Amino acid sequence: MIYDVSHLTKVFGRGRHQVRAVDDVSFELEEGQITTIVGESGSGKSTVARMLLGLLPITSGTLTFRGKDVTHLRDRAEYWRQVQAVFQDPFSSFNQFFTVGKLLNRSMKLVGKEAGQQRLEESLGHVGMDLEVLDRYPHQLSGGQRQRVMIARALMMRPALLIADEATSMLDASLRVNILNVLTDLRDSLGMTVLFITHDIGQACYLADRVLVMEHGKMVEQGPTDEVIFSPRHAYTKRLLADVPKLHSALELEQP
Amino acid sequence: MSLRGLSPRFWVAAGIVAFVVLVGVLGPLILRTDPDTTVGGLYDKPQCCGKLLLGTDNEGQSVLINLVYGTRTSLIVGLIAGLIATAIGLFVGLVSGYRGGWIDDVLSAITNVGLAIPAIVVIILVSVSLPKRNIYTLAVVIGLTAWFWVARSVRAQSSSVREREHIDVAKLSGAGFWSILARDVLPYLLSYVVMAAVLQISSAILFESTLSLLGLGPGDATSLGTMLYWAIAWGSVRTGAWWAFVPPTLMLTLIVFGLLLLQSSLNEVFNPRLRRGRAARRRMVTQVTEPETVGAAGLLTGTEPR
Amino acid sequence: MGTLVDARNIRGVYYTGAKDVVAVDDVSIRVEEGEVLGLAGESGSGKTTLGSIISLIARPPLHVEQGTLEIDGKVQELGGDARIPRTWRGSVVSMLPQGAMNSISPTKRVRHLVWDVMRSHDRRISKEVALDRARERITALGLPVRVLDAYPHQLSGGMKQRVVTIISTLLNPRLLVADEPTSALDVSSQKILIEMLLEMLDQKFMSGVIFVTHDLPVLRTVATKIAVMYQGRVVESGPTQLMVDRPQHPYTKALMSSVLTPEPKYSKIRIEGMSGFDRTSFDAPAVIHS
Repeated sequence: MIYDVSHLTKVFGRGRHQVRAVDDVSFELEEGQITTIVGESGSGKSTVARMLLGLLPITSGTLTFRGKDVTHLRDRAEYWRQVQAVFQDPFSSFNQFFTVGKLLNRSMKLVGKEAGQQRLEESLGHVGMDLEVLDRYPHQLSGGQRQRVMIARALMMRPALLIADEATSMLDASLRVNILNVLTDLRDSLGMTVLFITHDIGQACYLADRVLVMEHGKMVEQGPTDEVIFSPRHAYTKRLLADVPKLHSALELEQP
Repeated sequence: MSLRGLSPRFWVAAGIVAFVVLVGVLGPLILRTDPDTTVGGLYDKPQCCGKLLLGTDNEGQSVLINLVYGTRTSLIVGLIAGLIATAIGLFVGLVSGYRGGWIDDVLSAITNVGLAIPAIVVIILVSVSLPKRNIYTLAVVIGLTAWFWVARSVRAQSSSVREREHIDVAKLSGAGFWSILARDVLPYLLSYVVMAAVLQISSAILFESTLSLLGLGPGDATSLGTMLYWAIAWGSVRTGAWWAFVPPTLMLTLIVFGLLLLQSSLNEVFNPRLRRGRAARRRMVTQVTEPETVGAAGLLTGTEPR
Repeated sequence: MGTLVDARNIRGVYYTGAKDVVAVDDVSIRVEEGEVLGLAGESGSGKTTLGSIISLIARPPLHVEQGTLEIDGKVQELGGDARIPRTWRGSVVSMLPQGAMNSISPTKRVRHLVWDVMRSHDRRISKEVALDRARERITALGLPVRVLDAYPHQLSGGMKQRVVTIISTLLNPRLLVADEPTSALDVSSQKILIEMLLEMLDQKFMSGVIFVTHDLPVLRTVATKIAVMYQGRVVESGPTQLMVDRPQHPYTKALMSSVLTPEPKYSKIRIEGMSGFDRTSFDAPAVIHS
C-alpha cells in the first residue's frame, strides 16, 4: 500500500449553505496498480483529487503517503516530487504564453539541473514525443499532443503516484485509447501507481485494476474491476451500468 | 497581432494621440521661448504668423507658447499619475485576487473605502496642504488617489485566472507564489492593464486641469488648466477674447477624446469578439460564442442570422 | 414511409482569410420519415458544420458553395447567394445547438423563452396560446408543468436539456437537427433524453431527427441509420446494426475499435485504437449501405 486515505471530508461554505462535497471517504492505493474513481458530475471525485494533491485544504480526515502523514504539509516541494497530476482540460492547463520547453523547464527547480535535461528527454520518450515539440506553443499542438505533454511534465519528477483527473474526457475516442495506453505502459514499465478519475465506466473497465464508485460525495462501492463492473452490489453502481449505452446489443440483455 | 487587423478607429485614435504628443514634445523645442515671456499686450487678437498665431493672454504672453507647454505639462502629469495608479492598482489587485483569504479581505476593504471617498476632495485637501506644488508632487498625489478602481477590476480578473488549471500545474511544478503571480497570472491580464493605464492617464489629465482650474495647479509650470484659470479670472469670456480659453479647452478635449478612443479600439484588438457579433448577439435569447454554434438561440427563435 | 429530407452535394467552406478550409466536401445524406439519422465523427470531421448547413443557419465565415435541400418534395437551393425563405428556419428545420441548455438567459423564466420562440415566427400569437402549446407538450412528455415557471439554474442539467429540446420543436418542424445533445449529461440523463426524443418522434412533434455526436454507443441506442464523417466526407453510412457489427470502411472500423464500453473483453485486452490502423487507408472510397 502506497497511499492511505481515511475518513476524508470536504465541506464547502458555512452555515445553511454548507455542502459536503466529499463525505467520509476512505480508500487505499496499492503500489503499481491503476485505481479508478468513477462518478458522475458532482460526485466529489475531482475534489478528492485536489485534496490528495494538496491543492485544496482538507476539512477532516487523514492522508498517509508511504507511511507519512501528509494531511497538512507546509512545504509541499518534496511531496510534489513524488505525487504528480494531469488535469482535464488540455487548453486551460497550459499557460498559453509558455512554450512546451519553458513549461517543462519549470520543473527543473524540483528535479535539479543536471538530472533535468536527461529526465526531460526521457519523459517525452515515454509519451512518444520528440524534442522538436519543445519550441511549440500550446495552440500549435492538438488536444492529444497537449495531454501527452502534460503527462511528460508530470513524469519529469518520476513520481511514485500519478493522479489523472478526467485527463482523457475532452479528447476524441481515438486519442483517448492512446493516452490510456501510455498510462498502462507507465504502470508496467516503471511500476507507477496511477489514480485515474473519470465519469466513463468504459474507460475504467479498460484501464483499472481496482474501481471505486462515488455518488454525492460518498464512496458507495470499491473492489477489483471485474467485481465492481460485472457484478456490482450497490444499487447506484447497478443503475449506472444499466444506463451506460453499450456498443453491442447482446450485452445489454445480460444486464438486469 | 498584425497591423492589418487594426481597425480604422485605432488609427484615428493613434493619430490624435500622436499629434498631441508631438505638440507637447516638439512644440517647446521648436518655439524655444519661455512661456512667461511677454510678447504683446492684454488679449491681443490672433494674427499671422508665429508666436501670435493664437493671440496673447491677460499678461501679454503668447497663448500658442503657453498651449504647447501646457500640453507638455498635462502629458507629464497624466503619464506619471497614470503609471503610479496603474502600478499600485495592479499590484494590490493581483495579490488580493490571486491570494484570496484574509489578505484579500483587507485589501478589498481598503479598496472599497478608497472608492467611496471622492478622490477630488482628497486631492484638493492634500494639494492645499502641500508645502510646494510642482507638477511632480501633483502627479504623485493624483496617482496615489486614483488606483482604487484599477485594483478592484484587476482583482476580479486575477481571481478568475486563479481558477484556471495552469495555476495548479505551475504549483505542482514547484513554482513559488511570486513566480506564479508574475508569469502565470500577470500575462493574462496584460492587455487589460494596458487599457486601464490609458484610461488612468486620461483621467489624471482631467484631474490635473480641474485642480489647476480651481487655482490649485502647479506653481512652477504652465498647464492647460492654469490657462483656463487665468482666462476666467481675467474675464476673457466676458470680453470675447475666445483665443484665451478655446485653445486649451480644445486641446484638453482632444487629449482625452484621443485616449478614450484609443482605449476602446485597443479593447477591440484584444477582444476580437467585440468586432464581430455586436448588437445582433445581444438580441438573441442565448449567447453562444463558439464559432461553430454561434447564434444558438437565434436558431431556437428562428431569428435571422447575420 | 417516404423520404423526408434529401440533402445533395453539399459543400461548405470556411473563408478564414489566409486559406479556405473545406469543412464539408460534397456530402449527400437522406433522412426517411420517422427516422433518426446519426451523424458520427470526431472533432473536425465536419459533422457540426453539415448539421448547421442542413438547418439553414450557415453564416460567415462558413459559406455554402453548393448543395440542395429537398424536404417534402420542395427543393431549396443552398449554395451561393440562395435566398432561404424565413418560414423554413425553425418551422421546417429546427436546430438544437450544442450547449444550448447552458446558453439560455439565466435571468428569464423558461416560459419567457417559450414566448420568444413562438413569437419570432408569429408576431400576433398571444402569450396564452404560446404557453398552452408548451404546457400541452410538456405534459404529453411526462414533465412537470412547473418547469415553465422555473429559472434555468433551478433545473438540473438533464431537465434543462429536455426543456430546450421540447422548445426547439414547439413549431412542429419537419426535421430537428440536434448537435451533441447528450454530451454534457450523465448517463442516466442521457438515457432519459433519448427516450424522450424517440417519444417526440412517435407523437410527431417532428418527423425526423439528425443526431450529431461523437458518441457511438449513444447513437446505437437512438439512431436508425448512422453516417460516419471523416475529413469533411461521409465515409460510410447504413443501418445502425450493420454499421456497428460489420463496418466496412477502414475509418469506421478504426472508430468502432476505439470505443470503450464496460464489456468484459475490454478489461482483458489491449486496444490500439486508431494508431493500429494505416491512416492512408482512411481515404478509401465511401461505403454506402442502402
